[in-house]
Amino acid sequence: MITGSVDPATEKMDNVVGNLLRAGVTVSGAIVFAGGMVYLVRHGSEMPAYHVFRGEPADLRSVPGIVQDVCSLRGRGIIQIGLLLLIATPIARVAYLAYAFARLGDRLYSLIALIVLLVLICGLTNGCT
Amino acid sequence: MNILEFTGVIALGSLLAGFLGAITGLGGGVIIVPLLTLLLGVDIRYAIGASLVSVIATSSGAAAAYVKEGYTNIRIGMFLEIATTMGALAGAFLAAKLPVAAIGVIFGAVLLFSAYHSMNPKLELSGPGHPPDRLAAILRLDGTYPVKHGPVSYHVRAVPLGFGLMGVAGVLSGLLGIGSGAVKVLAMDQVMRIPFKVSTTTSNFMIGVTAAASAGVYLRRGYIDPGVAMPVTLGVLAGSMMGARFLTAARTPLLRKIFSGVIALVALEMIYNSFSGRL
Repeated sequence: MITGSVDPATEKMDNVVGNLLRAGVTVSGAIVFAGGMVYLVRHGSEMPAYHVFRGEPADLRSVPGIVQDVCSLRGRGIIQIGLLLLIATPIARVAYLAYAFARLGDRLYSLIALIVLLVLICGLTNGCT
Repeated sequence: MNILEFTGVIALGSLLAGFLGAITGLGGGVIIVPLLTLLLGVDIRYAIGASLVSVIATSSGAAAAYVKEGYTNIRIGMFLEIATTMGALAGAFLAAKLPVAAIGVIFGAVLLFSAYHSMNPKLELSGPGHPPDRLAAILRLDGTYPVKHGPVSYHVRAVPLGFGLMGVAGVLSGLLGIGSGAVKVLAMDQVMRIPFKVSTTTSNFMIGVTAAASAGVYLRRGYIDPGVAMPVTLGVLAGSMMGARFLTAARTPLLRKIFSGVIALVALEMIYNSFSGRL
């Protein structure tokens, strides 16, 4: 195989990032699929109502609410936690890069990664609304 | 149509969208929102929420492979993500302020741009020919990428303009729930003079993070519905994985033209429906 990054430290970083992303997508995809099966078995014969926007109920909008739904094994809650994990995957990638650049002694890029991480956390929490 | 049939139709449509998106390089996200709104009558806010989540899945899945192959320039990606994530947050907030019809029109315009962009192959502008840029040197953005006979180096230029365009790409991503890969690639290969292969893979690398920035806002606002997002995400993911396998050998100029044509028609339909208040 041909590879672009010559130094082993960067190559290791590339590998960790690749594995992290693949694992995140695989695990969250499996959870979404499992939740989807539960949801379809229970509600498959009901009628969908998506032409009118009502917004999700409060329990599917926040992390504690989603976790509660998962504990009571509700299909929609399980799907939602899978989606949450999917959203967390690129965020974990940024957090890892902040750490990895710091270990390489690359302060500038560690700082850049931390800035991006801050913006992401801001979007995920009520931090900037 | 009950929920089971509804889910099946969305999953099949998303599978096809993901497949075509991967082999044409246009991404599956652009066609998901029109599919859900125009064909299935889903409210555009649920459609955008589902599309956004599926964009994270496909981009992360593809990035995993590209990063290991050494094409992706992680430094360029990380630096430009400051602009795309901030833009995405702004776009997500804007989405709550703008009327649905306005979002529909902007969506149509972006679709037209994507279709036009993919129909017109651009010149490769990268190379060692131009002098190194001072800002790019400070940020250590210059890099190398692998070709058959070893690594080729490239210089990055026009950093501030590229950064600004990435902010625009971020706003569109947060507003419309798409990856806005076309704008990202344009900023990188045409403005910053980064080689095609590095531009497309680095753009893909950034798409997941960009979408994650606005996904939190959408989740809290109740736009992400598990019943819609589940078949969309799984369908697009499976389709793009199939597409990536199919792609490796052959270039597909004809299919690309057809898919661009379809996107252009969808764009016009989207704009028409926005003006006639049927979206």
